Amino acid sequence: MKFLDSLSSKPITRYLIYSFSIIFFFALILIPPIVGILFKWNVVNEIFSNPSLMSRALSAIYASFAIAIFVSIIDIVAGLPMAWFIARGKSRWLNILDGLVDISFILPTVTLGYSLMLFWSNKSQGISSLFGESLISPGWLLVILLHFAFSYPVVVRVMVGAILDYQRVYEEAARTLGAAPLTADRTVTLPVLKPSLIASFVLAFARSISETGATMMVAGAFFENGPIFIKKTADLSMGPMVFVSLILIVISCLIFVIINLLGTRLKMPINKIWPLAERKLSDHKLVNFRDSVTILLFLLLILIPSLFVVLPAARAVFNGTLNQAMTRVGVWQDYWQSLILSYLIGLIVTLLNTIAGLPMAILIARKRAGRLVSTVLDVLINIPLIIPTIALGVSLSLFWKNVPFIPEIWLIIFAHLSFTYPYFVRSMSAAIERLHIDLENAARILGARPFAVFRTIILPLTKYSLIAGAVIMFTRSVNETGATLAVVTQLKTIPVLLVDWVNGKVPATAAEIGLGCGFLIILSFIILLILRLIVRGRY
Amino acid sequence: MPEVRVVDVTKKFGKIMAVDRTSLHVHDGEYFSLLGPSGCGKTTLLRLIAGLVEPDEGEIYIGDRLVNDVPPEDRGIGFVFQTFALFPHMNAWKNVTYGPRVKAWNEEKTTRIGREMLEMVRLYERLDAFPHELSGGMMQRIALARALAAGAELLLLDEPLGQLDAKVRNELRYELRKMVKDLKLTAIHVTHDQAEAMAISDRIAVMKKGKILQVGTPEELYMNPQHIFVAHFVGESNFLEGHIVKSDKKEVAIELRGGLTVRASDKTKKLGDRVVFAVRPEIFSMEEGRKGGVNSMSGIIERVMFEGTNIRYDVRLENEDLVVVVRPALVGKWLNQSEKVTVSFPPDKSFVFAYPSKGLTEELALE
Repeated sequence: MKFLDSLSSKPITRYLIYSFSIIFFFALILIPPIVGILFKWNVVNEIFSNPSLMSRALSAIYASFAIAIFVSIIDIVAGLPMAWFIARGKSRWLNILDGLVDISFILPTVTLGYSLMLFWSNKSQGISSLFGESLISPGWLLVILLHFAFSYPVVVRVMVGAILDYQRVYEEAARTLGAAPLTADRTVTLPVLKPSLIASFVLAFARSISETGATMMVAGAFFENGPIFIKKTADLSMGPMVFVSLILIVISCLIFVIINLLGTRLKMPINKIWPLAERKLSDHKLVNFRDSVTILLFLLLILIPSLFVVLPAARAVFNGTLNQAMTRVGVWQDYWQSLILSYLIGLIVTLLNTIAGLPMAILIARKRAGRLVSTVLDVLINIPLIIPTIALGVSLSLFWKNVPFIPEIWLIIFAHLSFTYPYFVRSMSAAIERLHIDLENAARILGARPFAVFRTIILPLTKYSLIAGAVIMFTRSVNETGATLAVVTQLKTIPVLLVDWVNGKVPATAAEIGLGCGFLIILSFIILLILRLIVRGRY
Repeated sequence: MPEVRVVDVTKKFGKIMAVDRTSLHVHDGEYFSLLGPSGCGKTTLLRLIAGLVEPDEGEIYIGDRLVNDVPPEDRGIGFVFQTFALFPHMNAWKNVTYGPRVKAWNEEKTTRIGREMLEMVRLYERLDAFPHELSGGMMQRIALARALAAGAELLLLDEPLGQLDAKVRNELRYELRKMVKDLKLTAIHVTHDQAEAMAISDRIAVMKKGKILQVGTPEELYMNPQHIFVAHFVGESNFLEGHIVKSDKKEVAIELRGGLTVRASDKTKKLGDRVVFAVRPEIFSMEEGRKGGVNSMSGIIERVMFEGTNIRYDVRLENEDLVVVVRPALVGKWLNQSEKVTVSFPPDKSFVFAYPSKGLTEELALE
């Protein structure tokens, strides 16, 4: 350690570390997903020369943004009360509820789409079986429900952290001045939490814009958004993919820049106060009613539809066919191998991105490379999040397949590094920015070398954000489908294997699919619960 | 103007007893301080009165009303936080008029009160300023104006001067008291600074480990401390251990270490009792050389410290006990290190306490 400490005080060392971090970012995170698209820039003419294809592309792009914005808004409306309930409650059981919120994030998106299809659309199963007909047919409404299910956990996760970090002294001050709880929350707490609200909106938006695999599954024959359009036209030509991906990236970047610029100036409606109405709405009975509706919505629209795929496994337990479902030769050996492969890839991706992402987070948070460069980097790290995963996968495979002698597992790892990196750097740069610079200065003045400052000050004070960022990276890596499908030929990660089961490419019974999803959920749930218990020692 | 009564209130945080079966009566229009070291439970007691934490046991009354189940917004209080808690997204005007607005006072009344309060704290010209644009003293005054603008008759102040520099703190403490008295409010002020509590309060409660040890006027606490910790925390004292060797109706004789005997006014201690004898450093008179007389003790000056207003001498007595003597810097002759001196004090200006069962160090410990 002493050697590393003294090494870190040499300017050349810092220069090398930051250079490595920037090179890593451009070489592995940013350029591969874009360059594949840009290589094919010349084919974009194909779409300009085909008016009907262009019209479809524009409609698909419009649908992508309409759904992403709508879903992000309902995520905030439904997710904020849930985050509040979890963060402010005192019961130990809230840890379980907190964990259950993550389930739709843990599940591979294709499996989630399949589960939602079974629940909402299958006449003989799920809620539709009560009505004897398909309650919600595949189409735009089911796409909205699906996007709501997988982006809701992102909003709840970010907001629970923000509410736990929030200093309640402002809220207490408002209460002592006569504000009812709802008035205090609306006029004081929410404006203070505005940066986190914006961050959660951006993440939910990006997640909705980019998802491909599950959206394909629930979209039906006629509905198209950007990623579906890319997938449907991918066999014909690369032109639509290049065009739609670029438009999605450019418009999303513009939206992020606008949010960055206007977010701080955005005024929340706090001037108008309705003391009597808000006092009545703060009544315990109404608060209990609000919490009940929040939990009911979560159960009905997210948890039960997400877990529905596991139901046949539960049925197998009760009707005695579990043994049969568990012992079919050739199925389970592949399953466990895929599961171990997925966890291994998740672990490697998490470690590599943590090592390479930390200097980048410091660069952005501490503006080490100047204000302009830091702001540009801050916007650029969002790009891998916005690119539709199908386009990301195709682009990555175009890029990496030109590089000889790269084993397939590294292709998967490179693909996963790209779309998980932004989650980590986003989370860590925000945490480091919140840390007062004087703490670092004090340590330096007391004689600590830069690496010692990092080890003894920055790391202990940001460890919760580091763990949170690592958890999101790991989970996203384990459940990602679209991009992985585009780069694999031999290896099967667990989502790829489950896609084969769900699509019937590998024959699997409903009980086997249920068990496969069930094991994945339970194992991931246990890992996350243990981490949560470590991180949130207050319970 | 409300009075405040706290009756047998207990509050625990996990295993920590923050407030331990405490009772208190603050009168109408009184400026009352809760004084004690960090972690003694004074802020918790204030937050219990405000309704920001709920008591495990006991009752709290504001005026005649039992307020245990009344939320903070309905207690009719103003609260000034240690960190001021000015809303960072609102300017000074919005902060100050927040109370009237959430209480739906009409526009004319809200504007008038806001203006009056900002003028009272002499910051009307800064009404557009956001908290980060104000100095510590300004933020404190805005926080006070905000607490008062909501029409509170009971003002609760949690170390309101703690974040300010010494000069500003001294100025603001008098302003604060004058404002409270002019507006005929009742105020409860939490502080760990005994000089601040003495200067500002009508009465003070001294707390330690969740309990109130003594309630009294600043003079009573200084001149007649009833508890050894109060003698230690309010003002300053020299503590010398000994036992009673003679007792009559007015005075006792105490034999200190090394056979040194002193006399002190006390009617309660009996012959043979183990006691702690306390004398304020500023009560001592000090002369050069070795002198005889009642309550005269000889020793050598070990250290001299110039403190501006006063000079502080550490004197090692012949029995090896160390006493601190404080003399005004501008009165009398300054003495030097290593000089032989005699210190003396009048018997009626010292205190005698029973020797604490937990030991003297533990009893005087601040945490």
